[in-house]
Amino acid sequence: MMEFATHAWNALPAWTQLTVFSLVKIVAILVPLILSVAYLTFAERKIISYMQVRIGPNRVGPRGWLQPIADVGKLLFKEVIVPAKANQFLFVMAPLLALAPAFVAWAVIPFTDTLVLANIDASLLFILALTSMAVYGVIIAGWASNSKYAFLGSMRSAAQIVAYEIAMGFALVGVLMAAGSLNLREIALHQAGGLHQWYVWPLFPLALVYFIAGVAETNRAPFDVAEGESEIVAGFHVEYSGMGFALFFLAEYANMILISTLAAIMFFGGWLSPLPPAWIPSVPVIGALLGDGVHWLLFKISALLFCFLWFRATFPRYRYDQIMRLGWKVFIPVTLVWIALMGATMFLTPWGFIFH
Amino acid sequence: MNALKRYLNSFLLVELLRGLIVTGRHLFARKITIQYPDEHTPVSPRFRGLHALRRYPNGEERCIACKLCEAVCPAAAITIESTQRADGSRRTKRYEIDLFKCIYCGFCEESCPVDSIVETSFYEFHFEKKGDNVITKEQLLAIGDRYEKRIAADRVADAKYR
Repeated sequence: MMEFATHAWNALPAWTQLTVFSLVKIVAILVPLILSVAYLTFAERKIISYMQVRIGPNRVGPRGWLQPIADVGKLLFKEVIVPAKANQFLFVMAPLLALAPAFVAWAVIPFTDTLVLANIDASLLFILALTSMAVYGVIIAGWASNSKYAFLGSMRSAAQIVAYEIAMGFALVGVLMAAGSLNLREIALHQAGGLHQWYVWPLFPLALVYFIAGVAETNRAPFDVAEGESEIVAGFHVEYSGMGFALFFLAEYANMILISTLAAIMFFGGWLSPLPPAWIPSVPVIGALLGDGVHWLLFKISALLFCFLWFRATFPRYRYDQIMRLGWKVFIPVTLVWIALMGATMFLTPWGFIFH
Repeated sequence: MNALKRYLNSFLLVELLRGLIVTGRHLFARKITIQYPDEHTPVSPRFRGLHALRRYPNGEERCIACKLCEAVCPAAAITIESTQRADGSRRTKRYEIDLFKCIYCGFCEESCPVDSIVETSFYEFHFEKKGDNVITKEQLLAIGDRYEKRIAADRVADAKYR
């Protein structure tokens, strides 16, 4: 049987083998991603309720652990309603447009030194291009719904993304100046050698700007004017029900995880251990735990995601003009000044090593 | 100087960090949620819940149809008709309380000269049909029989404050 399978496999043409291999890899990335989205919603509800001195969901399954499964089940069986005067094609396309970039970007994420689906040269550029695509889903959803609330939400979202995309881009320019590479794997490897080598320290303002711009980019509180429950009902996805809504939900949370992952890779050393290699004992289990590995990346992602939830539990929503002010008049100048400072230090003074 | 201080406080995110610390501390605070159907909050002996008609220990109903409760009821929720029983004593023929009208003020209990009509500390009741909200004399007596121990204990606990 085994032999037959190997023979059958070898008989396949090379391109089929490649396709099957790629599909398996894609599934291996996406299934854990979707599961973590499901449990991120659970973590969000639990953490926020704990911060509000409540207990949160605890009725479905032991201590509420089956809550996300129940939510998915509910959303699956709800009716999908397309408003009578909506643009049907775009209305159906919009959730996919929001979801696809959030998933595709994972193709170039290095999970460890060798574990990366597509190790392309300019993966940072690829990510930048794709994350800007995500806003089209929001805008098209708002426009196609033919609803004023939805349209207001998408207009707000568009203005916000334009403002924060620039600051985010500049923050990444700082990273690529320091690393001298656009490849995420190499950026992470440049930070090898322990905690003190991470880019958070020399690029601290940029890391902060990047993360806050990331919160704005994913339309999370306190920058969730696009949804703004108390002002415009649910913003761009008012008219969506059932799975259409679930896809937007999935996209938002997948984007959150993506932003956290990128921040972890670019500023916190990705899968690299915070301990210098010399300190790690060569004991079997402890050595592997303390050494570099995907578990460090997961830990860093979780910590950053916790910050997302923490912000949501803490800060009230920004007013629209405050968002614009923060984006244009604070973040962009800060990043520009820091990049100029970096450039000057690296090329005109002997202290350039700080940034390398 | 103050303006500069304020500007720096907000530019360096000091204000936001302070907010984060507050929520961060509450993350570990003791949770005050009561898991209601499984857990209950303590109920005062004075709690004014569902009504009941009490009996004397020998089984005789206390109510003597004086209609004071009917007169004092601010919501006019009580309806009483009296009659003479075979042994010559005056008793109610009909004693009904409309629980939709009732505002649970406890005046009926205050006015009762024989401690017959009382409001128990029982509050978990509901109606399934229209009309169920009007409870009859038989139902009131049944409630009294069922919760007599609790009713008596509540009165004893509250007696010294009256």
